[in-house]
Amino acid sequence: MSETEEFVHPYIPNSAPAARVAMLAELGIERADQLYDAIPDELKLNRPLAVLGPILSERALRQHVAALLERNQSCADHLSFLGGGCWQHDVPAVCDEINSRAEFLSAYGGDTYADLGKYQAIFEYQSMVGELVGMEMVSAPVYDWAAAATSALLMAARLTGRRRLLLPRTVSPQRLAHLRNVGQPTVEITLVAPDPESGLLDLDDLRAKLSDDVAAVYVENPSYLGFLEARAGEIADLAHLAGALSVVGVDASSLGVLAPPAGYGADIVCGETQPFGVRMQYGGGLCGFIASRDEPAYVEECPYLVVSVAPTRVPGEWGFGWSSMYRTSYDKREASPDYAGTTQWLWGITAAVYLSLLGPQGLRELGEGIMRRSRYAMRRLGRIPGVTAPAFRAPHFKEFVVNFDGTGKTVATINAALRERGIFGGHDLSAEFPAFGQSALYCVTEIHTKADIDRLATSLEEEVA
Amino acid sequence: MNRPRRYHAARWDEPIVMELSRPGERGYFPPPVEEELAAEVGDVLADIPRDLRRAVPPALPELAQPTVLRHYLRLSQMTLGAHLTPDASLGTCSMKYSPLVNEQLARMPQMSELHPLQDDATAQGIIEIVYRFERILCEISGLYAFTFQPGGGSQGIFANACIMRAYHAARGERDRRTEIITTAFSHPADAAAPAVAGFRVITLMPGPRGYPELDALKAAVSERTAGLMLANPEDTGIFNPDIAEFTRVVHAAGGLCAYDQANANGIVGITRAREAGFDLCQFNLHKTFSTPHGSVGPACGAAGCTAELARFLPAPVAAFDGRRYYWDDDRPDSIGKVRSFLGNIQVVLRAYAWALAHGPEGLKAAAETSVLNNNYLAKKLADVPGVEIAYKGHGRRVEQVRYSWRPLLEETGVGTEDVRRRMVDFGLQGYFTSHHPMLVPEPFTLEPTETYSKDDLDEYAAVFHEIAREAHADPDQVRAAPHRAPIHRIEEGAIDEPARWAMTWRALRRKQRDAVPAAD
Repeated sequence: MSETEEFVHPYIPNSAPAARVAMLAELGIERADQLYDAIPDELKLNRPLAVLGPILSERALRQHVAALLERNQSCADHLSFLGGGCWQHDVPAVCDEINSRAEFLSAYGGDTYADLGKYQAIFEYQSMVGELVGMEMVSAPVYDWAAAATSALLMAARLTGRRRLLLPRTVSPQRLAHLRNVGQPTVEITLVAPDPESGLLDLDDLRAKLSDDVAAVYVENPSYLGFLEARAGEIADLAHLAGALSVVGVDASSLGVLAPPAGYGADIVCGETQPFGVRMQYGGGLCGFIASRDEPAYVEECPYLVVSVAPTRVPGEWGFGWSSMYRTSYDKREASPDYAGTTQWLWGITAAVYLSLLGPQGLRELGEGIMRRSRYAMRRLGRIPGVTAPAFRAPHFKEFVVNFDGTGKTVATINAALRERGIFGGHDLSAEFPAFGQSALYCVTEIHTKADIDRLATSLEEEVA
Repeated sequence: MNRPRRYHAARWDEPIVMELSRPGERGYFPPPVEEELAAEVGDVLADIPRDLRRAVPPALPELAQPTVLRHYLRLSQMTLGAHLTPDASLGTCSMKYSPLVNEQLARMPQMSELHPLQDDATAQGIIEIVYRFERILCEISGLYAFTFQPGGGSQGIFANACIMRAYHAARGERDRRTEIITTAFSHPADAAAPAVAGFRVITLMPGPRGYPELDALKAAVSERTAGLMLANPEDTGIFNPDIAEFTRVVHAAGGLCAYDQANANGIVGITRAREAGFDLCQFNLHKTFSTPHGSVGPACGAAGCTAELARFLPAPVAAFDGRRYYWDDDRPDSIGKVRSFLGNIQVVLRAYAWALAHGPEGLKAAAETSVLNNNYLAKKLADVPGVEIAYKGHGRRVEQVRYSWRPLLEETGVGTEDVRRRMVDFGLQGYFTSHHPMLVPEPFTLEPTETYSKDDLDEYAAVFHEIAREAHADPDQVRAAPHRAPIHRIEEGAIDEPARWAMTWRALRRKQRDAVPAAD
C-alpha cells in the first residue's frame, strides 16, 4: 500500500501492519490500493493531498489549536450585551455534564431498543416545550428559530392553500433572509409596518393587508427588537377572521412569565431554546422547534422528525419511535414540500435537563430576573444625555433598542470604544434598520449584575460625553 | 472478540421526568437580583400586558438537582453511542471515532462562549480556523470555496440546489431550467431539497450493475435540465465508473453537477469532485470528518463550489485580506441565508483538528482502511446463511455495502427488522436498513469505518452467524427480540396512528384519559 504502508495512526486500529496484512490476505490482494479497482485511473488523484499534518502527538495538536483559539476574545472574559437571536445565559453544571456524556455525544440514528435514552430525553424536551407553549404536538429539535419559523409559515401556506405571509417589518433579518430563500418558489412575503412610537405592529396597516390570499400572520414574543407584541391576541383574531392562521415565534426563555401563545390564538408556535443550558458557541448552540395542536392535518404538514411514545408488550413500559415518517422527506423524497435532516438534538437533550432543573418556579424567577435587569438597564442608559433607551415605548423582555442619535456618534465608534474597555456593546442595527438611525440592540440576561450594568452605563457616559 | 458477547443493556425502568416530580423541590436557582436593583425597578411583571401575562405556571417537573442528574445519567446509560460499541451498523452515517481532544478544544470558552455577532477583531482565531479548514476541503475536493452555514447534510444539499437556481437565474434561464436529475440510491434529500427549491425532480433507477446506466441519464437530460445531484458511491457502496461521462453529458446540456459527498469516507485523497467534473459538492463533517453525531446533531453540511459559482454562496464567507481574517458579508449575488448566523462553527473546529491529526498520509490511510474493513466484513458476511449482497459481482465496494436478508426471510420467516432488534441483544447498534425507495428486499447497510479493528469486525460476523443460526433453529426467539435491551418490543403501529401517537406528556395524558371508558 505504497506510502502509507508503515503509517500507524492512533485513531485507526487496522493501520497496525499485522492486522492489515491478515485482512488483505483474506481478500486475496497484496496492497490496499488494489481495493480501488472500481475507480477509473483517470479519476484517481495519485498524489498526496497538499494539506498540513499529520500531527500525531495529541499534545502538539492541542497546543496548535488552542493557540489559535486563544486569539479569540470571548464573552467569558468580556462583559457582553449581544443578543439578537443567540444569548448568553447561565449554564447549570448538570447541563454541561449531560451533553458531554459519551453515550449522547456519539449516538446518531439508532432506534428505540439501542438508543432508548436519547428518544426519552427528546420526548421530554418535546413535552416540556409543549407545557411552555400550550401545544400537544411539538417537533424534535429543528436547526434554529429561523428554520422553524420558515417551516411553520410554509406549513400555514399548505394548510390554507394560500401564498401570502404577513410579517412585521421589524422581524429578525436573519429569519427573514432564511424565509425569503426557502420560500422563494412557494410564498409571497409582505411586511407590515410598525407603529413608530411603540414598535408594535400597526393594526391599521395589518387590516389593510389582510386579504383572502393571506395564509398566515406571523408575530414574535418577544420581538426581535425586544418589545412585547402586546396585541398578539387581537392580531390572531384578525388573522382568523381573514381565514389565515396565526403563527407566533418565541424566545422560550420568556415563557416562565409570558403566556403560552396557544392561549392567545396561535395555531402554530415556533421558536428557540438555546437559552436553556446551551452555550452560544458562536451561534452553534441554536436549537429551534415547531409546535401545534395534535390534529392530523397539522401533524402531517410538520416536515421534521417528531418522537412519539409507543407502548411495548409489557404493560406500563414505554418505548419511542419517529412518528409518522411518511410526512417527511425521508419517505416522500421529491414529493416533500420541505426537507428534514440532522439537526440539533444534543441541544434538545440539554434543554430538557435545564427545564427539569428549573421547574416552573425557576423559569418564573429567570423571566422576572431578566425583566428586572433589563428594565434597570433601560432606565440607567436612558439617563445618559443624547441616548434614548428604550427607543420604543413598550414593555420589553431581555432586549431593547438603544438610540444614540443625540450623541452625534455612530454605534460603530461607540462599540469600538467599549471594546477597549472589555465590553461588547449591543448589536449595531444601523445597517439592518437604517430608519432607526444610530441604534443598537442591547441584551440583558440573568448573568448581568447591577455592577455590570452600571459599568456599561458609566463607560457610555464617558464615551458619549 | 470472535464470538457473540454475553451482553445485557442497562434497564433502569426509568419513568418519564414528569412522573418524578415532587412539588416544592428545586434543582437550580437563577442568579438573584440585588435588593437595590429590585427596589428601584418595582413590579416588572405588572408591566406585561394582561393577555400576555402567564396566569398558570407551566407544568414542568419539580426536582432536586441529584434527581435530575441521576435521571439523565440513566437515560444516557440506555443509549448505545458509537463510543461504546463498534458501530458499523449505521451504514451511510460513517460512525467513526470522534477524538476526545477535539471535544476538549471545542469546549474551551474561547469557542463555547463566542457570540456570533462579536466584532471580527475579537474572533480572529476562530475565523482563521474556518479559513484554514476551507482550504483543506478545497484541496480534498478540488473545488474553490466552501460555506459552513448548513447545519446538516440535507441543508447542505439544499444550499447547492439554491446555488443552481441562482446560477440559472443569473443567466436568464431560470424559467427554462426546471429539472434536476437524481438517482434512487442517493439520499432522499437529493430529491427533496431541489424540489423545495422549486425544481421538478427526475429520479434515475439503478441498472443491472447497481447504478444508473449512462443511456438512462441521456434520456433524462434535456434543455430543461438545471442540474444533477447524486452520490457516488451511492448507498450500495458501488462506485459508478462512468461518473465523468455523467457530468459531461449534463454540462453539454447546460446543467450543473452537484456531488453529494455526505459520506466521502472511502475516497478522501483517492478521487475528487473536480476530476469527476462536479461544480458543487457537500461534505458532512459529522460523517467523514469525525465530529460527534450528538444524538442527531449539531452537524455541518459543508457545501463547496467552483470559482464561477462562489459568488452565489450563502453569506457571509470567511475571508483573509493578508492581514486580518473577517466574515465577508458584501455578497450581492449570494443566495442569502440557509441558517442563522454562521452555522455550527464548533463542528468545523473539531473537523479541522481531525484533519490536522491525519495529514495527507492519515487521510489516505483512513479512506483505505475503511474500504479494507468494508470488503473484509463483506467477505465474512458472505458466509452467513441467509445473507446476500445486492448487485453482487460488479467490482469491489467502497465504504459500505447494502445487503439483503431475502434468503433468510424465505427460509425462516425472519426478516431484516427482526434481525435488527436481535442485534441489540448482543451489544451492537441496530443497523440501518435503507433509505426510500426500498429497492433491495429485506435490506441492511453496514459501514465499518476505519475506526473498527479486525476483532470488532470478527465480532460482527459472529453475531450475524449466531442470529442466522437462531433464525433457523428458533425463529420466534429472533422475532420476539429484543430480550436484553432496555425495553421490550414496541407496538410499531402506535406511533403512526393519530389516536395513539403522543408527542408530548400532555397529549399522552389526554389520550390515556380518553381511552378509559366512562364509568356510568
